[in-house]
Amino acid sequence: MLLKQSGYRKDKKIIPFLFTSSMWCGGALIFLIFLGLIFELFWQGKQAFSVFGFHFITSTDWNPGEQQFSAGAALIGTLVSSCIGVVLALPLSFGCAYCLNELMPQRFSKYITATIQLLAAIPSIILGMWGFFILVPLMSQYVQPFLQNLFGNVPYIELLFSGGTYGIGILTAGLILAIMITPFITAIMQESFSNTPVMLKESAYSLGATRWEVMHQVIVPWVQKGVVGGVVLGWGRALGETMAVTFVIGNAHHASWSLFMPSNTIASLIALEFSESAVGSLKMSSLMALGAVLMVISFVVLFCSQLLLKQVLKSR
Amino acid sequence: MAQDVKKLQGRKNNLITWRFIKNRLMTVFAFGTILVMLCILISVLITLFVNGLSGLSFFTLTHMTAPQGLPGGLLNPILGSIIQVGIAIIIVVPTGILGGIFLAECSNKKLSTIIRFIADIMMSVPSILIGLFVYILLVMTMGYSALAGSVALALLALPVIARTTEESLNMVPSAIHEAGFALGAPKWKVILFICLPAAKGGIITGILLSISRMAGETAPLLFTSLGNSDWSWNILKPMASLPLTIYQYADSADDTWIKLAWTAALLITLFVLCLNLIARIYVDRHRKKD
Repeated sequence: MLLKQSGYRKDKKIIPFLFTSSMWCGGALIFLIFLGLIFELFWQGKQAFSVFGFHFITSTDWNPGEQQFSAGAALIGTLVSSCIGVVLALPLSFGCAYCLNELMPQRFSKYITATIQLLAAIPSIILGMWGFFILVPLMSQYVQPFLQNLFGNVPYIELLFSGGTYGIGILTAGLILAIMITPFITAIMQESFSNTPVMLKESAYSLGATRWEVMHQVIVPWVQKGVVGGVVLGWGRALGETMAVTFVIGNAHHASWSLFMPSNTIASLIALEFSESAVGSLKMSSLMALGAVLMVISFVVLFCSQLLLKQVLKSR
Repeated sequence: MAQDVKKLQGRKNNLITWRFIKNRLMTVFAFGTILVMLCILISVLITLFVNGLSGLSFFTLTHMTAPQGLPGGLLNPILGSIIQVGIAIIIVVPTGILGGIFLAECSNKKLSTIIRFIADIMMSVPSILIGLFVYILLVMTMGYSALAGSVALALLALPVIARTTEESLNMVPSAIHEAGFALGAPKWKVILFICLPAAKGGIITGILLSISRMAGETAPLLFTSLGNSDWSWNILKPMASLPLTIYQYADSADDTWIKLAWTAALLITLFVLCLNLIARIYVDRHRKKD
């Protein structure tokens, strides 16, 4: 009775209400942004989808003069460059994680882990600049001629390495992507490796297994899903990387078999062409539709990686 | 008989040597990969210092960008970056922490699992798409502005801060939690005045890391704050920023502009690396205290 009169109860209701509702707003915001992101991109890209239909994805034309736009070439560029990135990053990050977790004494590996993670902190535009001024000349002078000499006479494979050695192109973009995602994949691999029960490792060692055998036959099977999840997560990041790729891929709207020819990715195409398209034009709508395509691809990839990673955490 | 034993023993020895050789090879390979990564990092840093250090002078830091041919500095991009990242922090820190509290404390487990899943996906969504989203949302109605750029940066950092807040809230020992309840404190008081201060370390680390990420983001700013070669104070107008200046200058044919781009790159990298080091040292110190 006394409490009621003193206004204590009113107080007690309002603040918790405010707190809970703002807490719910914070949660809902994340949800709404995500839905809004998907919806808006499709809504703005609707014009392009309705004009070109399914052709938008299958065709490789991009000709602003004739109002012909399609995602094909950029889609191929995105998938190929990110796949090259993953293929190169996989052994690199596996080696790093193996070395840091199993081979090095902990007091060293702590610092080297931190150093390698610093590489992940470097903004992508700076890696792009480094790639443009350092990596591209290296590629055109040494790596590309070497690859051409090596595979120049092998049927079919030579197609991949044909063309001029300009240094730019899908291969260089893949290399930059590999550098960018290796620290991520390494971090996830290290975490999953250290989740392996020590008892399993010790019993394998006591049977006389070498370090590599413990790694290969005990740890890897135990953490398989986590590693795959980490790799797929890295792939998801590589798909949408913009700035680093824009610098080194050459930006030409055409698809070819050669990894040395300039090409483009969805993200770099949007970044470059956006400022040159008017609001409401078919080109702008096509760029938004490209964004929607990229959103769908990266959503599927990230969804799968999260599922895989979740299963690992659950099994812990 | 004796020959067979010898043969078997030979095979056994061969197997053992092969196993050890394989082990050695993989060890060399693993150290090799570490070496490759370190070489790349060192190469990036050396390139930045060699090309950028000469431009890092008092003049560059106190003069604005100038048209091609005239001596120019980086004052307005530096200020622009600071302003935009600052506004983004003001937007994202409260919302991110609220989102994190929601994830950690929401009683509806199904809902919080879904939102956690979405936040995890949002963390890796291409930043250029966030830029497009903010373009549709804000720029189409208000025009290019620094504020839109800040919103884009904030959207990028939101899931990161929410997830780190949640994780550090979950790390708070439940005994502390329960002690608060046992004293008769309502839930909001326990969370705000007991759990959040206890989880401070992790939250601050998350904020520092997302600041360092925001400082280097370029793609979302392309469509939102557009860049500005002139003096820019108004947050409702286009504003310059360091990453956009790098993007614009690095592609040009002018040597002085390229040099300025390197200097800008050096500035951002130093800032980002310092923040990362601070965050790491901070985490280490907190761990030791526990």
